[in-house]
This record gives sequence, structure tokens and C-alpha cells, in this order.
Amino acid sequence: MLKTFFAEEHEIFRKSVREFVAKEIAPYTNEWEQAELFPREIFKRCGELGFLGARYPEELGGGGGDYWYSVVWGEELPRSGCAGVNMGLMVQSDMATPVINDLGTREQKEEFLVPAIRGDKIAALGVSEPGCGSDVASIRTTARKVGNEYVINGAKCWITNGTRADFITLAVRTGAEGYGGISLVLFPTDVKGFKVARKIKKLGNHSSDTAELSFEDCRIPARYLLGEENQGFYYIMMNFQGERLIAAVGAVSGAQRALDETIRYTQERTAFGRPILKFQVWRHQFAELATEIEAARWLTYRACDLYNQKQDAAKEITMAKLFAGELLNRVTDRCLQAHGGFGYSDEFHISRAWRDARLITIGGGTSEIMKEILSKRLGWG
Amino acid sequence: MKILVTAKRVPDPEQKVKFKGNTLDQSGVNWQLNQFDEYAVESALRLTENASSGNARNGEVIVVSLGPKDVQQQLRSTLAMGADRAILVDASDENLDSEIVARTVQKLVEQERPDLVLLGKLAADSEANDVGQRLAGYLGWPQATFACSIEVTDGGKALLVGREVDAGVETKKVTLPAVVTVDLRIVAPQAVKNGVTAATHAYADGPRYASLKGIMAAKKKTIADSSLAALGVAATVRAKVASVDAPPARKAGVKVASVEELVQKLHNEAKVI
Repeated sequence: MLKTFFAEEHEIFRKSVREFVAKEIAPYTNEWEQAELFPREIFKRCGELGFLGARYPEELGGGGGDYWYSVVWGEELPRSGCAGVNMGLMVQSDMATPVINDLGTREQKEEFLVPAIRGDKIAALGVSEPGCGSDVASIRTTARKVGNEYVINGAKCWITNGTRADFITLAVRTGAEGYGGISLVLFPTDVKGFKVARKIKKLGNHSSDTAELSFEDCRIPARYLLGEENQGFYYIMMNFQGERLIAAVGAVSGAQRALDETIRYTQERTAFGRPILKFQVWRHQFAELATEIEAARWLTYRACDLYNQKQDAAKEITMAKLFAGELLNRVTDRCLQAHGGFGYSDEFHISRAWRDARLITIGGGTSEIMKEILSKRLGWG
Repeated sequence: MKILVTAKRVPDPEQKVKFKGNTLDQSGVNWQLNQFDEYAVESALRLTENASSGNARNGEVIVVSLGPKDVQQQLRSTLAMGADRAILVDASDENLDSEIVARTVQKLVEQERPDLVLLGKLAADSEANDVGQRLAGYLGWPQATFACSIEVTDGGKALLVGREVDAGVETKKVTLPAVVTVDLRIVAPQAVKNGVTAATHAYADGPRYASLKGIMAAKKKTIADSSLAALGVAATVRAKVASVDAPPARKAGVKVASVEELVQKLHNEAKVI
């Protein structure tokens, strides 16, 4: 495909993920969307095939690959046409666990990361709260150090994989107010006092479980602290880079899929005696969208390339998340329109793509936060 | 068991191909492994592993292909599935026919001395379906074509091969060494029984995906280079392509109002019942 970034082995990996998605995910998505959950075994299967730890070290059971393996994973998953399953898996592989690989002690990696890579333990990331989302520095869930333990009290909200996670990479307040008092801990969900307060009903991503969680005097060993105490805000911001980048990768791929399907549909569907695609208004619309998708892809690849080389990519990642996220919404909206009445029905994939897309400009940092970061980065904020 | 498997790259069957005169226009073609060959690799892996004991290997699988340098990617993907090593015989598709391919594989068999040669029943591009048959003839080995099941028997000295024929499934016993070509049902969950893996074991339906671990391990496996000249195969193409035409477009069907009308049309017009 693109010899610049993807080598022979990436393409072999792509074939594996593509076939897995086509055979083991796509045929079941209607069922899982209705059930509002996908089977736990999917994590296990992905673990066996090495999908959950493509770039983690081999000694931890990972693939030892570079970031382009994650890009392949992020590009192929959306072909299932079901963002809910993708998100559950992405949280596991690219959102809740990278920070453990970056900061964790040998023991923490053995206990949490290794089983997450194998798909034996389901991971979640706990940052947002009922009272604060974008404003991470204001989180109120506290972790009080008592002897060799942390005692945790508070609540988390919008937690993907939240109803069944085995552990949570959790942001807590260990110090003073503001961003300087936040820490990250690894929280096993079998701890007394932990409760799934409710499963949240959502506009889209139905097959993915999203939960509100409550913590009441939950005691965890102090050795579950990730990195240094009160450095959590920086770690979260660092972790956000990977989360936003893989979201952008998925958004570009999802947009491409939606457009490809719509072009196929409008070639077949006729109105006023000719295929819809023969109407200039739609041909030109699709030409514009194809151009924007190509632009988003190369901006995203640029960010991936920097990230892969461990260079500062914050500006490019933020731009990619902003641009690709907004684009996915535009593309799915226009594609739904081109489907007419069928687009509004559940009979075509596009209606699910449209409602699932809505999350991308909110989760992992809203478009407004992306713009705020960019104006600061570019020196005028 | 030592197994030699043949593998050919073919254009993606989902893609629209273009021709320049009588030859395929290769620009923009997405190449992939011929599906029947992928099934042959899967069968070979099932025959050489103990799937009841963590896929412990119990034999060797060597994959061979004729083609340009780029075929490395398809060969590498078979190594990522679990094959042990590969041989790439340098050649270009326009300068090959079934005869040259069969003669080349014959030379490789004489070199490698496998117990079994597994081939896909045909390649999805040319659909010639004759390399396996020619090869068995040249080697003087027994052959079983269109296999839908394989069972190792007689303490590893023979195979019971189920073959799909028009009337049903015919079972043939072939003594090893032998040539077997495989059909699509060979990758059904219980189509291959090697006598080591528990007979109750059910594989996932279809050829296995290369796991990331397999892909990383494949980087260290060898793909040996060879050539027709080095193997002493005469490269004279005897089969010539006379012309290439697209199949005629399908004609529109008719709508029938009732089952009775359908039966009547099938009987009177189509004359199939």
C-alpha cells in the first residue's frame, strides 16, 4: 500500500486484522449492538492474535513492533462498521495501557499489563467525573495515603469497558487542588467499596459498555501508584497523545469506509431515471469529501511518523484529532443524506456510522479543547 | 512429516483487472496468495503440528513459489502463519506455463525429498488445474486431487484422502510419498487428522490468521532464492494465450408470479427438471 510507512510485515499484519474483523466481528455487530455489549471472548481472541499489544515489548507478551502496527490496527478495526466494539478494544490496546508500559514497575506490568495484552484482563481508563470532563485539573476523586495503602473515594463517569473492567488506570487526587495534585493508580475492580453505579445509555457506540463508577473507602496497596505521586496530570496529558492519535487514525479510516459504501450505493440507486452518483451535486460533494479524507490521512500519518520517532508531535496530533474528528462527522452526515430515507433507517450501515461518529469530537478531548491547546501551542492562546 | 507446499500470487479476485492485449496490466494490481494455496499451507500446518499440545511442531513445512522478487511478501505471510521456510524461484508470470511450473516443482522435490507435496487445486487467475497432476506423473507418485479431507493412516505411511466428486465424496488411500491437491473444504474444522492431534480437536474454520508473534518470528525465517537455470529447467513456454475476452454480461432474468409458473418455466423453457 504505502511503502513509505508500511513494510511487508505491516501488510501481513493488516491481512490478519482485516480477515479477523471480517470473519469474527462484522457478522455479529447487529446482535452486539442490540445486546449493548460484545462478548468478553473477543478480548481473548485479539490477545491470542497479538492485536492488543502490537508495540509492547516481547518480554511482556507484546509484539515488539513499531507504532505503524498500531496504525494498521486502528485502520482495519473500523471496517467492522461498528465503532462500539472498536472503542472497547482500542481502550484496551491504546488508551488504558500505554501509560503502564511507559511508567509501570516490573511488578505492575506483570500484574496488569501482561494479562491485558493477553486479553485475560479487561482494562478501562478512569479520568472524567460526573462534575468534570475537559477540565482534568479539577477532578475530585481522592486517594488518601494511610500507611501502605491509598483510600479512594469519589466517582468516575463515561468509562468505556466500565461495567466489566478488571482494572482501571485511574486518575485520583493525592495532593492540593489543581493540576499539581493528581496521581495515576492501578485500581483492581474487585476491591471492596467499588461499585458500577449505572450503565449509561448513549446515542451511539451501543455495543460498548459505558459506566458511571463509584468508589467508597476503597483500599488499594500503595505499590499500585503509577510513576510519581502528584505527577498524574502530566502523565494523563502524555497518554492523551496516543489516545487522540489512534482516534484520528480510526476517524480517517471510518470516513473512507462511509464514503466508499455511499459511492457504491449511489451507483446502484436511481432517481429520475439515473443513478444518484450521476447527479453532479453528489459527484462534486463526494470529490470534496474524498479530498478532505486524503488531507486528513496525510496529516494523521505525519503525526504518526513523528510519534513513532518519539519526537514532539503534540501539535500535529491535536490538529489530526480535530480535523479528522470533525471530518468524520461531516462525511457521515453527507453520506447519510445521500442515502435518503434508507439512510435514516437501520437497514443501512450509514445510520450507525453517523450516530457512532458523534462521539469523536467529544471523547479524548473535545474539538474545543483541541483548539484551545492549538492556540496555546501556536503562541496566541 | 516433511511437506512441500506450492504457493502462487494472484490478483485480488475482488478487484477489476485490466488487460494490455493478451497480458494482464500489472499496474495497480493488488496481489494476494491464491486462496487454494493458502488452504494447502493450512492443511500442511495441521498435518505437522500437535494442536492438542500448544501447536508443537511435528514435521517441516516448506513453501515454494515461482515469481518475481515481490512474491516474498506472500511467502513471508505463509511463514507468519507457521511454515518453516520458503523457496522463491525467480520467474515472471508471462514466461511460465503449467509445464514449466510442474518441472520446477519436480526438481525441488528431488532436492528436498518431502513425504508429501500439497498444492491448491488450481490458481484463481489461470484456473489451469493441472500442475499437481503433471507433477505426480513426472515423479511417478500417487496422487489425490480436490481433497476435502486428509487422514494420516498406516502409522504415517499412507493418507486417506476424501475427494469431492460429482456423486459425493470418494475416499482414496495413497501411500507416501504422494501429491495431493486441496479443495476449499479442507479447511473445515475437522477435515485434517494427523494422528497426533486428538481426533476430537476442532480447528477454527478457515485458514489461520498470522498472529503478530508469528509475523515477528517470520522475519527470522529464510526465503531461499533459486532460478530455473539453477534448477536445470528449460524455460520454453509452450502454452500460448490466443486471446483474452471478458465473460459476456449476464442477461436480465425474468420475474415469475408463482411457484407453479417457476416449475413450468424450469420444465418447458430451461428444461432442467
